[in-house]
Amino acid sequence: MNETQPNSFQTMPDENGRFGIHGGRFVAETLMPLILQVEAAYNEAKIDPVFNERLLYFQKHYVGRPSPLFFAERLTEQYGGAKLYLKRDELNHTGAHKINNVLGQALLAKKMGKTKIIAETGAGQHGVATATACALFNLECEVFMGAEDVKRQKPNVDRMRLLGATVHPVTSGTSTLKDAMNEALRYWVAHPDTHFYIIGTVAGPHPYPEMVRNFQSVIGKEAKEQLIEAEGRLPDALIACIGGGSNALGLFYPFLDDTDVTIYGVEAAGMGIDSGMHAASLTGGTPGILHGNRTYLLQDDDGQIVDAHSISAGLDYPGIGPEHSWLHDIGRVNYVSATDEEALVQFHLCSRVEGIIPALEPSHALAFAAKQLPLMDKEQIVILNMCGRGDKDLEAVLPKLDERGLL
Amino acid sequence: MSSRLAASFAKAKQENRGILGIFVSAGDPDANASIKILDGLVESGVDMIELGMPFSDPMADGPAIQAASLRAIKSGMTLKGSLEIACQFREKHPDIPLILMGYYNPIYRYGVEPFLEDAQAAGADGLIIVDLPPEEDKELCEPSHNSEMDYIRLITPTTLGDRLPFVLEKASGFIYYVSIAGITGTKSAQMESISNAINRIKQVSDLPVVTGFGIRTAEQAAHIASLGNGAIVGSAVVEIIAESDAQNLSVEETAKKVSDYTKSLADAISSHNAEKKIFKLF
Ligand SMILES: Cc1ncc(COP(=O)(O)O)c(C=O)c1O
Repeated sequence: MNETQPNSFQTMPDENGRFGIHGGRFVAETLMPLILQVEAAYNEAKIDPVFNERLLYFQKHYVGRPSPLFFAERLTEQYGGAKLYLKRDELNHTGAHKINNVLGQALLAKKMGKTKIIAETGAGQHGVATATACALFNLECEVFMGAEDVKRQKPNVDRMRLLGATVHPVTSGTSTLKDAMNEALRYWVAHPDTHFYIIGTVAGPHPYPEMVRNFQSVIGKEAKEQLIEAEGRLPDALIACIGGGSNALGLFYPFLDDTDVTIYGVEAAGMGIDSGMHAASLTGGTPGILHGNRTYLLQDDDGQIVDAHSISAGLDYPGIGPEHSWLHDIGRVNYVSATDEEALVQFHLCSRVEGIIPALEPSHALAFAAKQLPLMDKEQIVILNMCGRGDKDLEAVLPKLDERGLL
Repeated sequence: MSSRLAASFAKAKQENRGILGIFVSAGDPDANASIKILDGLVESGVDMIELGMPFSDPMADGPAIQAASLRAIKSGMTLKGSLEIACQFREKHPDIPLILMGYYNPIYRYGVEPFLEDAQAAGADGLIIVDLPPEEDKELCEPSHNSEMDYIRLITPTTLGDRLPFVLEKASGFIYYVSIAGITGTKSAQMESISNAINRIKQVSDLPVVTGFGIRTAEQAAHIASLGNGAIVGSAVVEIIAESDAQNLSVEETAKKVSDYTKSLADAISSHNAEKKIFKLF
């Protein structure tokens, strides 16, 4: 790191929603008044004790927070280096970190008097979390999901339907998460008065990246307290997987000013960065504008967005939240990547030695841990965000494990 | 206002009618056909061309224009290629105003300054960039003030409240009224709501107001053009190109089908005003 570092890494975004050159509000005029309303309502809610108490109440009694911080002794042994703690957000109601953010935004939508909710989803975890909150708070729910993802995440589609949501399979573009987000934005443009759009990650126009980060920061706040209780000190490193980057930023944000903590964000390298078939926007992308913000994107020389590829539907996104792009530019966070194959191996290993079936997304974080922990001392401590459970992935993963003779 | 735009509005005014603007995507279905289609548009009596610069993820567009963009990209169209088409158009048609319409990412990637220079050199008269609201004016709107091109604002039904004066502050050329809260090529607005909106905009700005989104029939075009200063038709034109492409029609046949349709729009706009004149006589 160099002398141009800011005094604090927790002062972004500025009033225009910028994180360095990233972020902003690149939306059609129809949406502009809506996102200004969301911003005003959020700024009010953020400091409203009643709002915050309600959120805490549901986090505790509905989601089951705080989630445990678990010393993964057997994985630590397997990797043979630093001590590995898992922040167990896979134990949350609905099985992933997504609900942390959804509850916050759903309460905000209620506060704004909205009765209908829109959401995009990739793996279906954000869709399920949104459908769940809508059932709880008596809101109508419309979920946009790429037709490809509808196929590869069927159990989550079934859950959403049972919870009362309407799932719209999206066939435009490449039928994956980016197209689901396009369609959700298009739908919002057409229903500006009645609907609130709950974005599932730290992306989109300002104030979404900031708002989602703040709702997810409960992960890092808890982890910090829990580790101090367990070990009497801060960790040496943090590891989390990155699709749009919400689970990662949720864990990282409260540690950004603890500059002795080394932070790793793990992008999906798909079939390998060199193959071009990946979803690693920071490792393999360039700055551009998509979905309301400037950020690193997978794109060609003409500025056309290129398909992402990952075995994990939740990481299969050609962009990344703008705050990550800024943290990358200034070097506070190290962005690395893990392939489909490496993630599969860890999916299997974690299930076998910890009795925890991880989602494919955090399996990418484990894949980096498997390489990094052995390079560290045994006294060092790493927290990894176990941000989702793998039940939803069994259909996709089991045949592949079978092929490899692992079952 | 660019001189070509000014002349176009003046001519229409003299003829006591609104202007007809037509949107097509550059390179749809390919570069060669695109040029023939543009020639046909001019022949049919179109007053202004909106040339779409294709983008893979057109957030404010419906299925018809999304498909047009993808056809163009598939045929190899790029931002540079779009500017080349504009350039060829300008050589053949020195007087018809041409507005470049698109999304910011390809421009950002091309470079704002080179884009402004090349677009101006190609003979473009104005820019409409869908995902750059006034809050992001530093990106392209402010740099564009050094060029002669107009920076055209979109006003939508959600803009009509307190926000209107702010959005119109730096508008130039004309004002594009997006008549529905929605994406291109889907629903159509009620005449009364369009008329109210145009009156509201006219209270704040002296610029001509041209209405678009959801206009399909010659009747609609004629009526809407008469409410303000013109009408823009896009999806309905692009759908004819899609159909012809699907039927493997020749470039000439496609261009003819498109221009037959736009001629029906232009004729309706002209005769709408003639009818009005007759009423005035009595
Ligand atoms: C378990 C899990 N982890 C991670 C992600 C990726 O999102 P983000 O990077 O915003 O945490 C998803 C997305 O669906 C997910 O379901």
